[in-house]
Amino acid sequence: MFDFTDFTEDQIKRYSRHIILPEVGGKGQKKLNNAKILVIGAGGLGCPAIIYLAAAGIGKIGVVDMDVVDLSNLQRQILHTTNDINKLKTLSVKEKVTALNQDVEIIQHNKKITSENALEIIKDYDVIIDGSDNFPTRYLVNDACVFENKPLIYGAIFRFEGQVTTIIPNDGPCYRCLFPEPPPPGMIPSCQEAGVLGVLPGIIGVIQATEAMKYILNIGNLLKGRMLLYDALRMEFQEVNVPKDTNCPVCGKNPTITKLIDYEEFCGLKKENESKH
Amino acid sequence: MTNIKIPTPLRKFTNGESEVKGNGSTINELINDLNNKYLGIKNRLLDEKGKVRKFVNIYVNGEDIRFLDGLNTKVNGSDEVTIVPAVAGG
Repeated sequence: MFDFTDFTEDQIKRYSRHIILPEVGGKGQKKLNNAKILVIGAGGLGCPAIIYLAAAGIGKIGVVDMDVVDLSNLQRQILHTTNDINKLKTLSVKEKVTALNQDVEIIQHNKKITSENALEIIKDYDVIIDGSDNFPTRYLVNDACVFENKPLIYGAIFRFEGQVTTIIPNDGPCYRCLFPEPPPPGMIPSCQEAGVLGVLPGIIGVIQATEAMKYILNIGNLLKGRMLLYDALRMEFQEVNVPKDTNCPVCGKNPTITKLIDYEEFCGLKKENESKH
Repeated sequence: MTNIKIPTPLRKFTNGESEVKGNGSTINELINDLNNKYLGIKNRLLDEKGKVRKFVNIYVNGEDIRFLDGLNTKVNGSDEVTIVPAVAGG
């Protein structure tokens, strides 16, 4: 039952539209207020995800990003403003979230997530949202989440299309089951090279936030074992099945990758500069 | 004729079309037919050994052909084929 003593008067009012939902209620809202979610990348996907999670009162939101705000980010990275140019993205996020909801603590991880620090960064969080912008980070985060048994909400975008799936290690496929290997460098251009419709990451990032909240609340059906594809030009959603690969090198029956590797090398990027936003 | 959904990165081969039709009773035949019409697309889907590239998934009615019969997976006119490459933008 809903225990009013769990909340202040203001919180009861702030979260009232959640509290009156039978699927959430006071109990669910308390779960959200106690949840710890890590968002990798405070960019196109991260910004919309973070602001809705903050509005929902997620207790602790970790944000991993080493970049500062650039003018070219503002077409889609909606938490940053013209006044934030050259400011650390994690700081820009913290200011906006604090203005929205002081129940939320933002943890700034002003660093690149690497094989050396990934397990340490993710271990304190309940759910990880991948809003990164490059293949090495995506494979790194996947493997780290499999090793630490953390749910991972994967989202990625390209031009007018987006992909989302929810990875529950030990209970469904992982990113390597879906895409065993990354494309060679240069085969698939980055957003910087190919462009992206500004509103696209809004759709995908908010779906990622929805999945994270459903996981915390333990309600509904997650995108586990299935991937949602969105095509903004056709204005169409499509779903495909994602089976678990028994031969997956990370989560299969006989894993060959049992610790974090060199992901730049894995993605053929060892000698090249990493792609930027 | 089978409907094939073409992802954004490959639409430069299909004159911008997001959906095209192809002939063939297997995925392999379908890809060859597509390549006759849209030269170069096969090379983006298959590697030098003729295998589906590991960052490209081909689905028949939402099922990944890697978990069916691969390139020999049967298709007919009522099936819907979807090509999905790995993308990393965020």
